[in-house]
Amino acid sequence: MRRKDMEFVRCSFCELCPQDAGSRLNYLSQNFLNLVNIFSMESKHINKSRRDFIKKSTAVTALAIASPVILRAGEHDEKIAALFEQMPLKLEVNGTQHSLSVEPRVTLLDLLREQLNLMGTKKGCDHGQCGACTVHVNGKRVLSCLSLAVMNEGKKITTIEGLAEGDKLHPLQEAFITNDGFQCGYCTPGQIMSAVACIREGHANSKEEIREFMSGNICRCGAYPNIVDAIMEVKKGGLPV
Amino acid sequence: MINFEYSRVATVKSAIDILVKNPGAGFIAGGTNLVDLMKKGVMSPTRLIDINSLPLKQIEETPLGLKFGALVINADLAADKLVDQKFPLLGQALKAGASPQLRNMATVGGNVMQRTRCSYFYDVAMPCNKRNPGSGCGAIQGYNRMHAIFGASDKCIAVHPSDMCVALVALDASIFISGPKGERKIPFADFHRLPGDNPEKDNTLQKNELITAILIPKNNFTKNVHYLKIRDRASYAFALVSVAAALELNGTTIKNARLAMGGVSHKPWRLAEAEKFLLGKAASNENFAKAAELGMKGAKSFGHNDFKIKLGAAAIREALTKAMNA
Repeated sequence: MRRKDMEFVRCSFCELCPQDAGSRLNYLSQNFLNLVNIFSMESKHINKSRRDFIKKSTAVTALAIASPVILRAGEHDEKIAALFEQMPLKLEVNGTQHSLSVEPRVTLLDLLREQLNLMGTKKGCDHGQCGACTVHVNGKRVLSCLSLAVMNEGKKITTIEGLAEGDKLHPLQEAFITNDGFQCGYCTPGQIMSAVACIREGHANSKEEIREFMSGNICRCGAYPNIVDAIMEVKKGGLPV
Repeated sequence: MINFEYSRVATVKSAIDILVKNPGAGFIAGGTNLVDLMKKGVMSPTRLIDINSLPLKQIEETPLGLKFGALVINADLAADKLVDQKFPLLGQALKAGASPQLRNMATVGGNVMQRTRCSYFYDVAMPCNKRNPGSGCGAIQGYNRMHAIFGASDKCIAVHPSDMCVALVALDASIFISGPKGERKIPFADFHRLPGDNPEKDNTLQKNELITAILIPKNNFTKNVHYLKIRDRASYAFALVSVAAALELNGTTIKNARLAMGGVSHKPWRLAEAEKFLLGKAASNENFAKAAELGMKGAKSFGHNDFKIKLGAAAIREALTKAMNA
């Protein structure tokens, strides 16, 4: 699928922006600092979220920096369009079906966070070394940072947001709280997703086994002993996870 | 990472056909090494051919031995009953690798094809003859703690990081490969190369070829085996040194022995001389020590990995002892 015309999308902020692409780019590059101020004032005035502001001001920055590329869009629109070539993708996340359009290089992690706004799954290292991005794909725990989104066509993804049932926390979530299983909380979604799978896999029969089979999730705060306790407690409790 | 085109294929033939027609293309299965390398810009295929639908996922017992497809997931192979009962050294080696999440994603073929984790290979700003032939080797005069002590060259001192491959070499496995010219089968020990003057070639896979299966011949190493992995952490780290040891015992006499090491060379390092020495000998500390001495013959270190020589000998002794007591 290819976009035939390289449409220059107007950012919605400022009515001062000229209509044609060339002048607009000049305007943006010359007035970059002013525009950042306008965004921050507007953001405070309308109470837009911090994330929204950062996204939009970054977009302006990107446009300002990329202006030579986009100026030549008319001549090289095929090359530019190819850079943004997207593929259809259908998958289920936490019980909801999604029909999406993604570039092949988008990871499952970035898809979940950026396109689906499910921020529970964390990007710790982005290289498969920390486990913070652990999710379940068709019931198995995997690292979403090393999984390409397009390779998950038709699969069922469960993220940390999919564990609780409404207001009722999952037993492991309860156990992490009562056992003080986290400090900063950044590794915690990945720890819990990994722990649920660890119990389901039948690898939580002793503290030693838990340590070995949770070794793919690291915690800079050092909450490990309490994480192991939480898992032991849920395993001993015998409730289905 | 740079963007790329993406195709899915359903047959070995179409996989190879697409590869032939697209010179910059590569296969992707589990992606646990490839996606990482692409993020770092170390490898940049212009097209990825997703081979996950290929019918290469069987684990079966054949008259010749255990045959398993290149797309079998590492975790599934490790948990397989057949592997557990008849080829436990393979199971131990698989379980020693990576993390549970990675083992759920990684395939057998990918484990064989994985690249070295040498930090100079991984850093595109550093000289590396493997990644960029002729640019030099940053590790030889640099930080080489994780690097080779056997079979290195003045062009490259990287090690192959796999645990599964060490067990496959110890167990005399064969590997099946398909290509435009058809199928071939070679001893697994001949698949990976030593760096020599061409470290950019990790293995002997020819252009446009695809690994389809691995076969481990029937053997009697069902009890006295041990895969010992020495690493900086208790788990989830690459080997400093590892040893796959297998013994077939007649009382306390060694009828048959296998020894291979990981973390020490560009390919799994078979200790043929040590094995030969052990045949017919008593399974004793003395003989294990002698075997270790023979096994470490020819070891050469590069400064930061000098410790691997003593550690290697101790690891061989310990692996044999643990195998004996298994």
